[in-house]
Amino acid sequence: MNYDDAMASYDPVMGLEVHVELGTRTKMFCGCSTTLGAEPNSQTCPTCLGLPGSLPVVNAIGVESAIKIGLALNCEIAQWCRFARKNYFYPDMPKNFQTSQYDEPIAFNGYLDVQLEDGEIFRVQIERAHMEEDTGKSSHIGGATGRIHGASHSLLDYNRAGIPLIEIVTKPIEGAGVRAPEVAKAYVAELRELIKALGVSEARMDKGQMRCDVNLSLRPHGREKFGTRSETKNVNSLRSVERAARFEIMRHATVLDDGGTIVQETRHFHEEDGSTTAGRIKDNAEDYRYFPEPDLVPIAPALAWVEELRAALPELPRLRRARLQGEWGLSDQDMQSVLNAGAVQPILETIAAGAPADQARKWWMGELARRANESGTDLSEQPITPGQVARVCALVAEGKLNDKLARQVIEGVLAGQGEPDEVVAARGLAVVSDDSALGAAVDQAIADNPAIADKIRDGKVAAVGALVGAVMKTTRGQADAARVKDLILQKLGAA
Amino acid sequence: MPGITREEVAHLARLSRLELQAEELDHFAEQLDVIIGAVARVSEVAGLDVPPTSHPLPLTNVMRADEVRPSLTPEQALSGAPAAEEQRFRVPQILGED
Amino acid sequence: MTDLMTDLIKYTAADTATAIASGQVSAVEVAQAHLDRIDAVDTLVNAFLHVDTEGALATARSVDDRRARGEKLGPLAGVPLALKDVFTTKGVPTTCGSKILEGWIPPYDATLTSRLKDAGVVILGKTNMDEFAMGSSTENSAYGPTRNPWDLTRVPGGSGGGSAAALAAYQAPLAIGTDTGGSIRQPAALTGTVGVKPTYGSVSRYGLVAYSSSLDQGGPCARTVLDAALLHEAIAGHDPLDSTSIDAPVPAVVAAAKLRDVRGMRIGVVKEFAGEGYQAGVMQRFNESVELLRELGAEVVEVSCPSFTLALPAYYLIAPSEASSNLARFDAMRYGLRVGDDGLASSEQVAALTRGAGFGPEVKRRIILGTYALSSGYYDAYYGSAQKVRTLISRDFDAAFAGVDVLVSPTMPTTAFPIGERVDDPMAMYLADLCTIPSNLAGNAAMSLPCGLAPEDGLPVGLQIIAPAMADDRLYRVGGAVEAALDDKWGEPLRTIGAL
Repeated sequence: MNYDDAMASYDPVMGLEVHVELGTRTKMFCGCSTTLGAEPNSQTCPTCLGLPGSLPVVNAIGVESAIKIGLALNCEIAQWCRFARKNYFYPDMPKNFQTSQYDEPIAFNGYLDVQLEDGEIFRVQIERAHMEEDTGKSSHIGGATGRIHGASHSLLDYNRAGIPLIEIVTKPIEGAGVRAPEVAKAYVAELRELIKALGVSEARMDKGQMRCDVNLSLRPHGREKFGTRSETKNVNSLRSVERAARFEIMRHATVLDDGGTIVQETRHFHEEDGSTTAGRIKDNAEDYRYFPEPDLVPIAPALAWVEELRAALPELPRLRRARLQGEWGLSDQDMQSVLNAGAVQPILETIAAGAPADQARKWWMGELARRANESGTDLSEQPITPGQVARVCALVAEGKLNDKLARQVIEGVLAGQGEPDEVVAARGLAVVSDDSALGAAVDQAIADNPAIADKIRDGKVAAVGALVGAVMKTTRGQADAARVKDLILQKLGAA
Repeated sequence: MPGITREEVAHLARLSRLELQAEELDHFAEQLDVIIGAVARVSEVAGLDVPPTSHPLPLTNVMRADEVRPSLTPEQALSGAPAAEEQRFRVPQILGED
Repeated sequence: MTDLMTDLIKYTAADTATAIASGQVSAVEVAQAHLDRIDAVDTLVNAFLHVDTEGALATARSVDDRRARGEKLGPLAGVPLALKDVFTTKGVPTTCGSKILEGWIPPYDATLTSRLKDAGVVILGKTNMDEFAMGSSTENSAYGPTRNPWDLTRVPGGSGGGSAAALAAYQAPLAIGTDTGGSIRQPAALTGTVGVKPTYGSVSRYGLVAYSSSLDQGGPCARTVLDAALLHEAIAGHDPLDSTSIDAPVPAVVAAAKLRDVRGMRIGVVKEFAGEGYQAGVMQRFNESVELLRELGAEVVEVSCPSFTLALPAYYLIAPSEASSNLARFDAMRYGLRVGDDGLASSEQVAALTRGAGFGPEVKRRIILGTYALSSGYYDAYYGSAQKVRTLISRDFDAAFAGVDVLVSPTMPTTAFPIGERVDDPMAMYLADLCTIPSNLAGNAAMSLPCGLAPEDGLPVGLQIIAPAMADDRLYRVGGAVEAALDDKWGEPLRTIGAL
């Protein structure tokens, strides 16, 4: 079944659960470092290893970050809330319970407005945001593909165990209709921007700092009651969020149309082909036996603290984007390209370093975006700084470089040849605007193109471009094009 | 009050990862039925409008600064491991998620 | 063994510390005398699971060295102590009386362990206990029962039977216990020693292997009220590693223990702690103690705490519930026993086999009971109701303490019962904690001290004193006065006689 057919009969309802790993220095309940890439089991202690006798103590910045996220999502902040134990056995979880929150989340009842590609604003209602801890990491040994299935044993590294997580859960997203996958993607993208703007996490999905579960069900048009949902776990890129939602819509519709029933189960998403496959069936055997964590005392954020955090909230990404679009004078489409390229921050920093907005955008969205795209890397990871781009813009403005030379300077910087001025000096890239040096080349161009010269003498000044081009060619691009044009017109008496 | 059946005890044992012998299960089922019958008396207060106490002391907001404290060395962390490999805890194959 | 050495083991902790500080005796001599005593009697008593001879002598030597250098020693420097095997000790095995932790050597010290070391206390070893502190007789230890030094055929109480028996058998003048439902006080009563459950939150739980987190509390055990107070001051105080630790000054318990004056104090006798199931000799000694307090100038009134009748059922829901979660970590993955790892079995199967083989019957019963009480569908009726009972019990205490300074009761309805008598009758065993549990549920402070021998069996009887939270000093004031009066009357019978 194709997507349009599915949508002709059914109305999708989605629930999105996003886990954000906070960028705190230490874990949620102990003082172990959270630095990525450390040696296995080198960032563990009795508490995050779940050793007998160990106890948790809450990281204040973890709570503060949770409140900031809650406020930015327009949530109410609990005046009093507790942690709870979620009991289930799994080897990556050292205590065999996860310290989480249950019926008393720190933030609840909020919303996030997301902008769709056509500019429409869709409001996603937020059920809750709560604090919890991450699990350790297992590697599966002996299986064909390093996957859990068929492995002979597993190896566990608990460096990640106990890193603070904020789980953000939406209320059922209804009414998105055919745009449900787009809404899902736009929501996660907006949430990621928000988290980054708050400075509580880098929210890199590729590094697992932000992970998304997509819950989806279909109901026939006009019916109130929700259908049975599937829960697709660990959908870890924006594109995948959209694809997973789309795939599940079509899969559900196919099953339902064939008179089948949807099984409530977890599903795994496969990046390679955008499909999902069945995981664990969620029967009622899973009983987490939540109860208030007796080793921790309640969190009761003082009103003054909450208001202080509210007052210090940064500009919301959506509003900031609208402001920048206005300041930079971009169309919706151009702004969208800037966003898609991840160029907002580099452009802002280049402008801050002194470059005009249009120039800053030109370089980041042109040459640099192309290179990032070719190498499959992030724009921010290119080996050039906004300061260096701004310096190139300044050299152009001063007339010391033209566009073509500037491009070569950028290349030089990217190739690790040093600062823009060093590349200019090393490659001898300065623009030639000295009349005596240019005179011979101009004379040669006029002599080589008598017909064009005649046209110009007759007043067809527009033809001068061809002669300028000829001069640029003989000077290998280093001539100051504006000066060349003036010289030609002078010599031909057309000035 | 409702008691507890052998099947329920078997289910609870699975949920709490306890491999029980058949005789053990019989014996526990019998004893737990008596114990639950006795402790079920607390439900007398279920309908009362009384707040539950989960912490004996009225403390709130006990938090620590986000400052790194020394971790164990990997050798210490792994010192009690029944099996270790490549500086990691080696555990039997994990079922369930895939 | 010289006479001096025989005497040394009968010294109080206070006198031992003074003798060491004044150079009458060295810490090494004191430690060696106790190690010799353990060697001589512990095959009978089985109070110790692990004796740390080298560690004890090393600590004793360092105390002697410090004294030789002229350093000022703390009030318990060089005094030997028996540590319940539920506190972690870096480099020294910690089993909690369970097979599942056999051979586990913690890489860290409990806060309490560190404080003892800092105080120069000589830790002789780790004492026997009911597995994971679940029990009232120390028969639930995987390493064999501890025997009561007053009568080796009887239990010493539990779960801290090892610590209490070590005191009664003169293997140590000080010991540490933990009290979740009575595990310090009830063994103290059955062995004729002093045991205190401090206010919840006053002694750090960091490194105390949790049974029931909202009830567990470490505390001092000794042969005298003053010794218990000295130990209390050494171990209590705020710990930033325990979120439930009270950040306030420790009440002046040592000063209170020395006061020996109860004139003007108001003492409440809890009406509910009497009647059916209470041994006649226990009630006789208890009533005499109440009379004694009146003679000493206290005002005695009867108080009623009607919710206490629900304390036992509430406890046997709350404690197993928390235990079912606390003990989930023993899964054969990171430490401890691993059974059935044949290369084919899954982690899930290995965990279940290990837990099946590594836990004893009482632990399994409580895990299953707790899992049941927390299950969806039962939570409100059981766990939820039990927590309401907790509130009602606290209110009863509040109402009582509005009119009296302390409450008193027998610590335990009977004297020590024979080994094996209740081991497969959980409900009978649970009754041993009838009088001690309310204080754990409310989180307040309570003490048991000896108040004589029951005439019918010649076994010790314990008097329980209960004070409001953070008023632990009242226990010592009343306890110190009762102890002094009984000493005058009986000439310290409870400290000089014993089966050994």
